[in-house]
Amino acid sequence: MASVTLEHVTKRFGEVTAVRDVNIEVKDKEFLVLVGPSGCGKSTTLRMIAGLEEISEGAVFIADRLVNDVAPKDRDIAMVFQSYALYPHMSVYDNLAFGLKLRRTPKKEIDRRVQDAAELLGLTDLLQRKPKQLSGGQRQRVALGRAIVREPKVFLMDEPLSNLDAKLRVQMRAELIRLHQRLQTTVIYVTHDQVEAMTMGTRIAVLRDGVLQQIDAPQVLYDHPKNMFVAGFIGSPSMNFVDAKIEGDMADMWVNCGSFRVPVPATHRERLEPLLKKQSRECFFGIRPEDMYEPKYAPPEVETDARMRARVDVTEPLGAEIYLYLLAGEKMMVARVDPRTRADIGDEVEMVLDMSKMHVFDRDTQEAYT
Amino acid sequence: MNRSTPYLSDAIRFIILAFFALYFMMPIYLLVITSFKPFEDISFATMWALPKGFYLDGITQAWTYVSQNFMNSIIVTLPASLLSSILGSFNGYLFAKWRFPGSRWLFLLVLFGIFLPYQGILIPLVQVLGALNLYGKYAGLIIVHIVFGIPITTLIFRGYYSAVPDELVDAARIDGAGVLGVFWHIMLPLAMPAFGVSMIWQFTSIWNDYLIGLVILSNPDMRTVMVAVKNLTGSFFTNYGAQMAAALIAASPTIIIYLLLSRLFHRGLLAGSVKG
Repeated sequence: MASVTLEHVTKRFGEVTAVRDVNIEVKDKEFLVLVGPSGCGKSTTLRMIAGLEEISEGAVFIADRLVNDVAPKDRDIAMVFQSYALYPHMSVYDNLAFGLKLRRTPKKEIDRRVQDAAELLGLTDLLQRKPKQLSGGQRQRVALGRAIVREPKVFLMDEPLSNLDAKLRVQMRAELIRLHQRLQTTVIYVTHDQVEAMTMGTRIAVLRDGVLQQIDAPQVLYDHPKNMFVAGFIGSPSMNFVDAKIEGDMADMWVNCGSFRVPVPATHRERLEPLLKKQSRECFFGIRPEDMYEPKYAPPEVETDARMRARVDVTEPLGAEIYLYLLAGEKMMVARVDPRTRADIGDEVEMVLDMSKMHVFDRDTQEAYT
Repeated sequence: MNRSTPYLSDAIRFIILAFFALYFMMPIYLLVITSFKPFEDISFATMWALPKGFYLDGITQAWTYVSQNFMNSIIVTLPASLLSSILGSFNGYLFAKWRFPGSRWLFLLVLFGIFLPYQGILIPLVQVLGALNLYGKYAGLIIVHIVFGIPITTLIFRGYYSAVPDELVDAARIDGAGVLGVFWHIMLPLAMPAFGVSMIWQFTSIWNDYLIGLVILSNPDMRTVMVAVKNLTGSFFTNYGAQMAAALIAASPTIIIYLLLSRLFHRGLLAGSVKG
């Protein structure tokens, strides 16, 4: 019912195109995350949905109603801002009630909704306080509460957690997920943090320079990134990319990365056929840090025939895992390995690559071969 | 900081500051002590001496001369400073938060008004007021002060509102407020410190105005206190005590208004609105 549809949406600020021909369909009750590096147009996209920014071209529909020329207040949306944007001269109660008062909601109804939201967010004891008397986390909750009391069709959230410290952020992240489950409302959530995107989104839309790169479920984005940008953006540490060349034929195919050479599993050969037919078989080979193993600790289902040797440059033991920064020839690669792995700086180590998780990208377009 | 010769440099600085402070305070000292001296004690020979007692003769005498004019000044100054501040608060809000095509140029044009010399526009001003049938009336003088005040009050409020985060406006718009709603519910309550500044500024400059009051209100009964104080000199025998007292009376409201409103300056009304 409260779907949000963007059709060929473009936003220009003078000469600069901030958002270019974006098509997104947000389904009812979906938690869609817009993610990308700063300046990618994600906030602008959200502000166009909110009506705070005019749409240069294209159309935005909320619940199947064209809203291009509808004022923000009449779009049946609520927004949570990065800076919280609480009204400093009003008590928490009045902050929550402000939108309802402007809409001439009956006093009793306002009180009921404010009390309900306050209880949901643990703000009941703070209702008479002013924003400056609250901690960052409490302000965050008030900002959320202000959106909740309105009972909107769509929640828009613009990096709502990025001003919280790390611990509180993780806590609020879980709380937002719970809240979404409970309220069953469509949420469009902007963040630059791919961990937030992965953990919270029903689907994720990755933006870069105002262009939508890929939109899909988090796991699909992780497993099948459409291009190098998405592959590098989703996942931490980032996917390793190595200049490579495809060798052999359909019966016996290899990836030659210069300092090492690894076999392509039969399941992956077909998709690389177009590359094989090209005059230059150069490409980018991609492998995630978590798909590289110390041979001893490789899970049994991983074929161990794809091996490489590298020198350990830096080790980062994190307790549950170790990040190994490896030098394979000139190329720096990161491996996320079992904490039992013994590797010291300067050691020569052998690594197994799980080639069933390999990625190959075109040298020119950086698009994935899928 | 380099404090190689702390005592000497501090002492020199103190002496220089003290000298200028004394120099600046001299007329004020003279004004106050002469106001409270009896008529017969006032002479050039003893002008720097403190009064022998606390005599209110000068003050009461001056008050009979200027009380009507004092009230006239209030009639003009209060509505003029209030209205020009209110108009400035709205202008400043629009220029700061609702930029429209050409708003930058319009703002520069408004600012130009700050630099207009009153003397240069006196004759057309009188002609316009005459045509509008406002010449010689309080309303005419009030309107002139309001109009002349708008550029500076607009500048004061625009500066203040520029510091208010845009997200506060966005939040209020989504909550359902329009241009006026945002102004009334959010901006105006936050602008009290700016109101303090604007009111003090406007009250002081309108109260202290001599030229426009003199030109527009020709009827002696309607004259403002500044014009009246000036007219005390040389109109009859030189009663320094009454003159000084009248000047003291004329100067007191601006000092009082500063003391009343200045605490508004220091209030940080924006605290807590955005991240902390």
